Amino acid sequence: MIRVPRRARLLALLPPLLALALTGCADREAAAPAAPSATASEFPVELRPENAPAVTIGERPERIVSLSPSTTETLFAVGAGEQVVAVDSASTYPEQAPKTSLSGLNVDPEAIASHNPDLVIVESDLDGKLAGSLAKTGITTLVLPAPATLDAAYGQFELVGKATGHPEQGADLARRTKEEIGKLVADVPKPSEPLSYYHELDPTLYSATSATFIGQVYSQFGLTNIADQGDPNALGGYPQLSAERILQADPDLIFLADSQCCGQNAQTVAERPGWSTLSAVKQGRVVAIDDSIASRWSPRLVELASAVADAVTGR
Amino acid sequence: MAVLRARTRPALTRLRPRALALALVALLAALVFALVADSGGLGWQRVLAEIVAQLTGGTSPLSEREAAIVWELRLPRVLLAGLVGAALAGAGAAFQGVFRNPLADPYLLGAAAGAGMAATVVVVFAPAVTGWLIGPLPLAAFAGALGGVGLSWLLGRSAGGSGTATLLLAGVAVTAFLTAIQTFVQQLNTDTIKQVYTWTLGGLNVTGWHDVWIALPYIALAAIVLCACARLLDVLTLGDAEAASLGIRPGLVRLVLLAAASLATAAAVAVSGLIGFVGIVVPHIVRLLAGASYRVIMPLALIGGAVFLILADFVARTVLPGELPLGVVTAFAGAPFFAVVLRTNKERAA
Repeated sequence: MIRVPRRARLLALLPPLLALALTGCADREAAAPAAPSATASEFPVELRPENAPAVTIGERPERIVSLSPSTTETLFAVGAGEQVVAVDSASTYPEQAPKTSLSGLNVDPEAIASHNPDLVIVESDLDGKLAGSLAKTGITTLVLPAPATLDAAYGQFELVGKATGHPEQGADLARRTKEEIGKLVADVPKPSEPLSYYHELDPTLYSATSATFIGQVYSQFGLTNIADQGDPNALGGYPQLSAERILQADPDLIFLADSQCCGQNAQTVAERPGWSTLSAVKQGRVVAIDDSIASRWSPRLVELASAVADAVTGR
Repeated sequence: MAVLRARTRPALTRLRPRALALALVALLAALVFALVADSGGLGWQRVLAEIVAQLTGGTSPLSEREAAIVWELRLPRVLLAGLVGAALAGAGAAFQGVFRNPLADPYLLGAAAGAGMAATVVVVFAPAVTGWLIGPLPLAAFAGALGGVGLSWLLGRSAGGSGTATLLLAGVAVTAFLTAIQTFVQQLNTDTIKQVYTWTLGGLNVTGWHDVWIALPYIALAAIVLCACARLLDVLTLGDAEAASLGIRPGLVRLVLLAAASLATAAAVAVSGLIGFVGIVVPHIVRLLAGASYRVIMPLALIGGAVFLILADFVARTVLPGELPLGVVTAFAGAPFFAVVLRTNKERAA
């Protein structure tokens, strides 16, 4: 798994090592690449993403392929949009992203290489196989998996900035997003009795517990999740509920993250058998949210937090 | 082997009233149990009180929302589980009889592959529609299941007349072909994998009365036809020549039986997705317990399938904090039970 990055790191070490060999001076400290400074867009830069192999990027990437819809959004937000030459078929935002038929789930190294990239960003790379194939053609692969926490998501904004030669913008984006979400949370008055919510992923009632990334956004607002049922980590955080359990739990708020994929809205929910008896339906607290915002860790998390804030305050 | 021997030399007996009564009592018990028992949400005493209140016009301890759980969600779900179980088990018995093969199941002639392909195509290409009398997914699954079987029938007939061996091979070819199309469409649209996967494993967690009314007419019609043809199925086990000498047209009987069985299967698949194992194990259990004549097997398989799936669905919705796919429960519970029945029967025969 770390085969490729290690090779990439070795390559980055090559120039100083050669210099060492020429001067004949053995100095261990000099062999380590200087810690990337946040103020200058200096390359090479060593990146240590969470739960993914470390990568060293030798030069400022000018041809980036993003196979991660979340990172595509971040790339454009940190000002690296002009360096992006291709994005995968699921990268639907922003509109100017150069969408192609590339797949982020079913990766094809040859199709990726045909875009002649110098940096490829993916969400997962089993056993480092993609990175291995791409390294043979001199392409660096950066794996940015789904973060477990909001702070880890902000960390990725910073990291994307560093990787693309926009470290200030990356750090700024991370700080701003954190502040804006913090402000939204602070401005929402906490009810004496915590509100409960149900987050719907699809019409067959798959949900996400509070242990998931999306669940943490709701937790910021002090909401309790009806899918937790004692153990938020049960069933990998994404259990399939029965309609019966949802009616028994009677959530105060219902969030539909299947409004785009599956055409769900407050009306279709009210028409489901038995659902008209739910408090959330009776009180009109069923909120359709954009599926893509609710499933990505992008700067648009602010929009999600804002939708949740509106729902909680009843605006 | 006991199965095979019993199948080649069927004991032509009639269904005893005692066995039928026993089966009906078991069905009633399963219905009431699945309706009343739950994982602790409502409490079985309160649900019983609600049922009594509904029957006598008294006051119920349940709130409006809790009453909706019982009457709008749980009752249709339990009834639909019964219908689907009966359809799959009855169809399985018919397929085993027609093909004279203990391994035959309702999905043998491409019903599952056709439904799976059509469902995938709809999930991938059809826009999200709401407000249809019957949703696009069940509609596609129903048409796909019938289409798959129809294709196998046409292919089998054009290749080799009314024999069952050719038909079986045609089913294999059609299944492989339709599955290939399904996988191809799926690979082009990997973002819908979870939706298709969920459907494939089968389940009844979003069931309402609507689904019961959709499935009931087809399954009821098929059940009547299958029971009416049970005697002909017994004659068919003697061989085509014998059957013909008794004035029966084997090809026509097979066509009617397969059409009825496939109609039931298609209706079941449309409302519940692909639920395996019921169609193969329930008829065998009935055969081992009650006798080898299809006049016994068919009605008891219909009832037994209903009981089996009602209980399996109860497990599927209560054992985990979330839903367990119904197909997993049927195989996990059905396989060991089947093994026990097989062993007991062998010991009795020995």
